[in-house]
Order: sequence, then structure tokens, then C-alpha cells
Amino acid sequence: MTRYSLKDIGGMVEPDRVHRSVYTDPELFELEMERIFNKVWTYVGHESQVKKPGDYWTVMIGRQPMIMIRHDDGNIYVLYNRCPHRGNLLIGQRSGNAEKSITCSYHAWQFHFDGTSKAIPIAKGYEGTRLDLESPACAIKRAPRVDSYRGFVFASLADHGPSLLEWLGPSRIAFDQMCDRAPDGEVEVVPTCFRILQKSNWKFFLENQLDVAHAVITHESAGRAAAEMEEEVRRRDGSAPIDYHFLSGFTLPLGAFDKMTTINYPSGHSVLEGYMSLRPQDPISLDYEGIMQQKYGEARTNQILDTNIHHVICYPVLSIQPPLQQLRAIRPLAVDQTLTELWHFRLKGAPEPIYRRALGYFNLVNSPSTMVNADDLWNFRKQHEGLSSDGGEWVSLHRYAGQDEELPGSVRTRIGTSEAPLRNYFRAWAGYMAVGN
Amino acid sequence: MLTVAAPQPLAAPSAASRRAAAVPLETQRAVEQFLYRQAELLDTKQWQGFIDLFAPDGIYWAPAHPAQVTGDGEPSIFFEDRDLMAIRMKRILHPRAWSQKTEWLTNHVVSNVIVEDHDAASGAVTCRSRFHLMEFRRDAVRHFGGSYVHRLVKADGDYRITLQRVDMVNGEGTYEYVLQAWV
Repeated sequence: MTRYSLKDIGGMVEPDRVHRSVYTDPELFELEMERIFNKVWTYVGHESQVKKPGDYWTVMIGRQPMIMIRHDDGNIYVLYNRCPHRGNLLIGQRSGNAEKSITCSYHAWQFHFDGTSKAIPIAKGYEGTRLDLESPACAIKRAPRVDSYRGFVFASLADHGPSLLEWLGPSRIAFDQMCDRAPDGEVEVVPTCFRILQKSNWKFFLENQLDVAHAVITHESAGRAAAEMEEEVRRRDGSAPIDYHFLSGFTLPLGAFDKMTTINYPSGHSVLEGYMSLRPQDPISLDYEGIMQQKYGEARTNQILDTNIHHVICYPVLSIQPPLQQLRAIRPLAVDQTLTELWHFRLKGAPEPIYRRALGYFNLVNSPSTMVNADDLWNFRKQHEGLSSDGGEWVSLHRYAGQDEELPGSVRTRIGTSEAPLRNYFRAWAGYMAVGN
Repeated sequence: MLTVAAPQPLAAPSAASRRAAAVPLETQRAVEQFLYRQAELLDTKQWQGFIDLFAPDGIYWAPAHPAQVTGDGEPSIFFEDRDLMAIRMKRILHPRAWSQKTEWLTNHVVSNVIVEDHDAASGAVTCRSRFHLMEFRRDAVRHFGGSYVHRLVKADGDYRITLQRVDMVNGEGTYEYVLQAWV
């Protein structure tokens, strides 16, 4: 039982500030597991990660170790990674193929890829006992709900609640934009997942994704270094690799960031519009546009490619950059430990050089040698340690508070550096945490 | 095309010793000295000196998976030419590279140096070695271990790297924090 009443928790979130304990209190973290992560739809993986029957990836949903696996009938199942017999983890690898069956290494209980029982050796020892080998107690427990949207697989540990489509709501644009940008209308995962462990609360990461104001300050060093080399290479070779701009973009004046817009929804989901110009007019891009026009026609192609979305947040589990096909999944491990899983995708039907842009971003920004997140992660760590001190009780979210545009069903910023997304996250947080069932 | 496979197990000790024996002692020694110097440049944070060990078209590459044979068109932990290396150096040296405010130190030990290919005419060499990297940052220690493959050419009497491949045995693990400089 928690010592916090719903009223106590509600009181931690004010319209323009939050109490520091929402980041640092282990008891609140346990409540978040129960009230948020055990209820929402969690991103499990992409269908193309498990192409053949028996292909699997393991993943955490909240505190639960799960398996995403393709069954013989082509369907994808999400199972608890636990043997119904004595409780062993069934799969100890991150990914692979289970071959003929999921087989426990302890007593060789075997299961079909949908979790149902296939064979139990030495089964006769159960005659006359209370265990019925045909009962669900001898099958692997399944995630209560599994669904996918345009190839992206989600699972929920709650047996009721909004459907995946309802839950995604306007954040569906992340997947629509990513898939629509593919001439074939779908994406394929590149099966390299980089994993970064942050010694800080999960919310810092999520906040930072849409904290437009931090970029020019935190990333000044990477921005300046890349801008210098961009200039030098341009002088030397006539043009610089397009990738450099992923870093040199941080040298834009703060005013440029103010021109961006965030759209924030009551679910906590948010969209950041208009960062980099992502419709360049070089020969590679024009070649790609030609292919798009053949598939979609000119009007639809323009509609797809002129949608200038930089980031979409599916609160609280995902951060997606559709034009660069990047996806970051958040796995909170403890109040002060967060795992991020970093993926990127290939646009099916697009020419190879277009993939190279996604790859360039993945290598430069999302790899373990990132020159960008090096400074973000350092901020998160210090933010967590700072907020663990008694030097203050409240965290300011006041920037442009009360000056955003309140629309029916969304809050739209007038100034890009407004802390509206952060205020909005906490409204959603309180909605999960401070409302009784 | 810049491709190099991860070091494969040697066929048998006898084959290895035959190959090793074919390399002149001076070559073996010069290669070892070169690798030690590279490690020393990293540990003393002489970034420009490190970059200058690479040939003009040299590549520093840490693949994401041991099975990769190229970083060209595939995800990598590092895949950097001299220009990208220069960006990395300039970032580290920038006065407001915030994460650099925390002092961090490394110690590289390079060993098990095997010259695999040696072209007596041009002096070009392919060698493999093992490394251990210990990093100390803000009261915490991290370790990375693995293998290097160096492709070296002779230029102005010294070696230059055309391709360095770095395979960390813990490269596919979870990173607690990131790698700000080369391994």
C-alpha cells in the first residue's frame, strides 16, 4: 500500500510546476509501474523483426519480461517469458529463433509459439495430482492484449482499456508519416538496436525530446564543431555531407527554434513541427520524389513530403522521428534508471541513398558514440542528482505558461520554446496517477 | 570498397607460427611500436596526433556486430573518416562541451600483436591485436575489451592507417553513458 492518497499525488502537479518527488521518489515509481506502464500500450517491436515462425525478441513491459514471437499461423504473440512449471525464464537470449518449440531448459516442457502446451515429458507423474496438463495453467501466459499499427507491434498488460488505435490517437501520424514516406507504404526494421542506460528518471528523457530551448545550449559544442567542418569541407570539395547538418543545425539562433510548433494532446502525446527542412532538392531527393509520384501521384506525394514533423511522442513509451525513420523506446527500470532502445527503419521501395540519410542520423545521433546525447545524458544525470537534494521542492515549467493556444482537444504553442509539452506530459501523468479506478 | 572481416580463429598454432615467422622482426617491432603509440595518443588526449595516424582516406570503424564486413551502408558504433574525426575532436575541445567538464581518463593496453599480411615491396601490413580499455570518469570505472585490425600503409617512412576495425567484446551490450572518444 502506498502512503500517498490520490489527492497527495494530484497536489504534486500544478499547471506550471511539479514537485521534485515525481522524479525521485521510488514509491511513486512503483505506482507509475502499476498505474501507467501496466496499463498503456507498450511498443514491443516491429513485425519485420520476427519474419519467420519461431523468430523472437525479448522485451520488458513495465517490470515484466516478455517475448514477442511469430507463430506458425503467421500471427505474432506476446508471451510472459516464464515457464508455467517452475517459473524459469524460457528464453535467455535477446533474439533468435526458437526452432521447433519454446523449450524450457529445466524440465523440457515444450510450447507452441502461441504459448500453448506442446509436450510435457514425464507427464505420467501428474496423474492423480491437482495439475491438469490440458489446462491454461500449463500454457505460457499471454499479454492480455496485443495489436499492431502499420507493422508496429504493441502490447498491453491490462485486459481492458482503450484500443490501440484509440490510445495512439493523433500520435498515429508518427507511423503514418514514416510508412507513407515509403513508396511501398511500409517500413522494414534495421535489426541493430543500440541500448543506452541512463542513471536518471525516465521523464527527463521524454521531456528533453521536446525541450526545444535546450538544443542550442546543450549541443553548442557538437553544433559548432560540425558547422566548422561543414564550412571547411564545402570550401574544399564544393559540398558537405548532408549528415553534418544533423549536428550543425544546433547552431541556429534561438529565434529559429521559437518558430517551431508543438501540438500537445490530453493523452500526453505531442508532435513537434518544423525543425529542419526535410525536403531537400538535391538529385537524390528529386529521384526519390519521382518514385513517390509514380506510386502516389503528385498531390498526395506533396501532402506526404510537406508534412514537416520532427518528433512525435507517444506518451510515455516512444519518441519517433518519422522523416528520419528513427524510433526510441523507453524502458524505465528503476526510479533512477532508464533504458532506451534505439532503432531505425528502411523505407521500402525508396532508393538506397535515402536510407543512407536515416543511417547517417542513426550513426551520428543515436549510436553509442553519439556526439549529441553525450551532453543530454550528462544533463539527465545531473538533473536527477540535483532534484534529489533539498535545495528546492519545485521544478519550474513556467516558460510561456498561459500563452499557448488552447484548442478543442489540443494545446498548440505560439512560441516553439514554450514548455507546453512538459506541462502537458504532467497533466497526462496526473490523469494516470491521481485518478481512482 | 573498404571491407574487413572480424579476426577469424587461426587455423592451427603451427600455421600461425609459420606465418608469424615469415614477418621480419623489424616489421613486427615497428608495427607494435605504432600500435603502442596510437594507444598512448588516446590516453594522453592528443586527438590531432591520433587523427594524423590515419591516411587521408583512412577510416576508423567499430562495427555494431562482429559479423559485419563493412560499415558502408550499415549501422556502426563508429564509422568515421578524418573529417568526422575532426568534428569529434572539435566537439571535445569546445569550451562548452558540457560533458567534458567532468575529468575522465583512460588506460589502453594493447597486446597479442599478430602481423597477418605483409607486403615486402610496399611495406603494407595487416595486423591484429587485442586491447583493454579502462576508463575512469566521476568515481566510476568502465571497461571495454576486444580486438583491433589495422590496415597500414607506408608513407614518408612511417605507417598510416587506411582502416582500423575495432570489435569490442561488450560492444553489443547496454552502454551506461556513451563513448565520447575513440576506443
